Amino acid sequence: MSKALGIINFAGNHINIRGLQFYRPVGAISFLGRYRVIDFPVSNFSNSGIENIHVYVRRKPRSLAEHLGTGRHYNINSKRGRLHLLFAEEGMESLYSNDISAYIDNIEVIENSSSEYVIIAPSCMVFKQDFDALLNQHIESGADITLLYHSTDEAKEKFLTCQTLDLNKQKGVTAISPNRGSKKSQYIFMDTYVMKRDLFIDLIKNTHKSSALYTLTDAVNLICQEMDVRAVAHRGFFASITDFKAYYDANLDLIDYKTACSLFDEDWPIYTRTNDSCPTQYFEDARVKASIVSNGCLIEGTIENSVLGRGCVIKKGASIKNCVILPDVVVGEDTVLENVVVDKHARITKVKEVKGTPENPGYVKRGDSL
Amino acid sequence: MKHNDMLAMILAGGRGSRLHDLTNKVAKPAVSYGGKYKIIDFPISNCANSGIDVVGVLTQYESVILNSYVAAGGRWGLDAKDSGVYVLPPREKADANLDVYRGTADAISQNIDFIDTFSPEYLLVLSGDHIYKMDYDKMLDFHKENGADATIAVIEVPMKEASRFGIMNTDENGQIVEFEEKPPQPKSNLASMGIYIFSWKLLRKMLVADMKNAESSHDFGKDIIPALLNDSRKLMAYKFKGYWKDVGTIDSLWEANMDLLDKKSALDLGDSSWKIYTQDTNSLPQYIGQDAEISRAFITQGCVIDGQVKNSVLFTGAKVAAGAKVIDSVLMPGAVIEEGAVVTRALVADGIKIGARAVVGSADSENIELVAKRVKGEE
Repeated sequence: MSKALGIINFAGNHINIRGLQFYRPVGAISFLGRYRVIDFPVSNFSNSGIENIHVYVRRKPRSLAEHLGTGRHYNINSKRGRLHLLFAEEGMESLYSNDISAYIDNIEVIENSSSEYVIIAPSCMVFKQDFDALLNQHIESGADITLLYHSTDEAKEKFLTCQTLDLNKQKGVTAISPNRGSKKSQYIFMDTYVMKRDLFIDLIKNTHKSSALYTLTDAVNLICQEMDVRAVAHRGFFASITDFKAYYDANLDLIDYKTACSLFDEDWPIYTRTNDSCPTQYFEDARVKASIVSNGCLIEGTIENSVLGRGCVIKKGASIKNCVILPDVVVGEDTVLENVVVDKHARITKVKEVKGTPENPGYVKRGDSL
Repeated sequence: MKHNDMLAMILAGGRGSRLHDLTNKVAKPAVSYGGKYKIIDFPISNCANSGIDVVGVLTQYESVILNSYVAAGGRWGLDAKDSGVYVLPPREKADANLDVYRGTADAISQNIDFIDTFSPEYLLVLSGDHIYKMDYDKMLDFHKENGADATIAVIEVPMKEASRFGIMNTDENGQIVEFEEKPPQPKSNLASMGIYIFSWKLLRKMLVADMKNAESSHDFGKDIIPALLNDSRKLMAYKFKGYWKDVGTIDSLWEANMDLLDKKSALDLGDSSWKIYTQDTNSLPQYIGQDAEISRAFITQGCVIDGQVKNSVLFTGAKVAAGAKVIDSVLMPGAVIEEGAVVTRALVADGIKIGARAVVGSADSENIELVAKRVKGEE
């Protein structure tokens, strides 16, 4: 039994993924055809032997609740383990809606947990991390709080909705501040925290008293000078699904099999809910290259450098390039799609062309008929 | 048992020896089919979709893999209270010695105690090695409407092939008047599909008598059905229309896979109202590389394709490297075709590797080549 309770946080108020987020929380957004973003943190916890997992939800819970279910498909032990959905009382529209207020709303559940530690991970970031190893590293270091970060040289163009860490030579955290895109090299904070549960409870209670608008990041930033807050580097694939472009890029980046191998590992399976779709049927005229294809599709057209979700129908003469197609989309005959994200259940049969640019990809709404 | 008061027993003990090396380590019902399925997924999913809650699976030959596979009833949704998939290998009982199942009827006879605990009104007996989709609930309606003692599902086969099947001769109302096993001169083309509905009370009586009969081979087709006819019982033929395939040989297993490539495949695995459920795997979606060429193919998750695939069915985790060609072939789970290798009219067994630039099978071969051992490539 792990010493830690896993907590999966919702996306902060500053996060806005154009279109997609209107219908569901970021965690429930379809990713790479067959996954949802939240499959990554839940699988990370499950594979790390952490079987008590709290998932925080504050708006449009339907798709997330449906997808997570009992958690059985994440290989969580059905008796000892538990995947627990916890709801924030304040709606997203409220000024007071943030992670601390959600923890306060559910403080009893946190207090009743028997785990000595908590590990808090975001629902909107895609990476592989052994949390058990991270916990051991935290315990051995003697730090009060351990934060996970990813080092990048692309902070000017990417991760613009993320926080960055200022570190001293001993990897002590001296400040947490938003990435303003002014510096190329940054330590991107992965919104992942390890600390004792008692410290976590004190921290959220005290923070809530001092300002109802503070988030957990604010709280840790405020105490990092007086407490021992350390940072641990993450290696491997990392994507922060915190804006539309980042969502689009992360999908397309993973089309490269080598890149995918730095996220996926046979010994570290990423679980998801099965849909029992049959395999995909490629017809005589299909032309598919450099793409990721999910099951249950019927393909007669051309697909290049794209991600195709489950159950899509791509008709004859259709051409799809640099696109992210979510599940159950129909693309009609001779329709050309380039640089667009097409949301679930959309049907593009009347319009013959929808194009965006790689810098500014287009978006077709959920269930739209074009 | 609330839905329709019918319990299903699936006969899954056979080896399927004409599948050669494919069934060295697993029973025929555990053989893979259609990219992601096992043959036994079909009868069990049919049961689940027909509202049958309790399914017994009678296993015998190389049953370890099959036992653990079917024991997880959750994957077919048969895990609610009062519902379940039960694995029933031969077992030692207090009043009898451990005995193998001596025939299809004996397999049921030896499990009378199991069936009695559910006290079903009807018993559905199925074969675990056929590929088809069928609503057994409709067949039960037919059985009841006709006030039958037993109903046997039949399918029309071409007259010239009828002598390969168990043939039912019926009167104009569909009542069975005669049963002939592989008749040299068939009188009808209604072949038994090995799917029976019995009123349990009657079958139970027949089975008890059959067990005591030293002359009997304890087989449904050879003993029980003729005994019912002799007894002037009402046996009805239930005509099934649709895809049905007994994949008894490598050629027919290959063919059944190739059937999935048709524009409107008769089996229609994509029909969301009658899904075939199977084991979920944690594999990635399909990775199609920059130089891949795919046409007429049925491909499932976990496949990584950098070469050419034409007229072929690829199972979970199959890999086709750059420059390799897979034509008119079936790649079973985890088969790997290395760089520049050419596979034509072949069925490559689970996990088998075809080395770089090796050539397997040929376009004008009479039979499909089964590749069940590693083929070394050029160094």
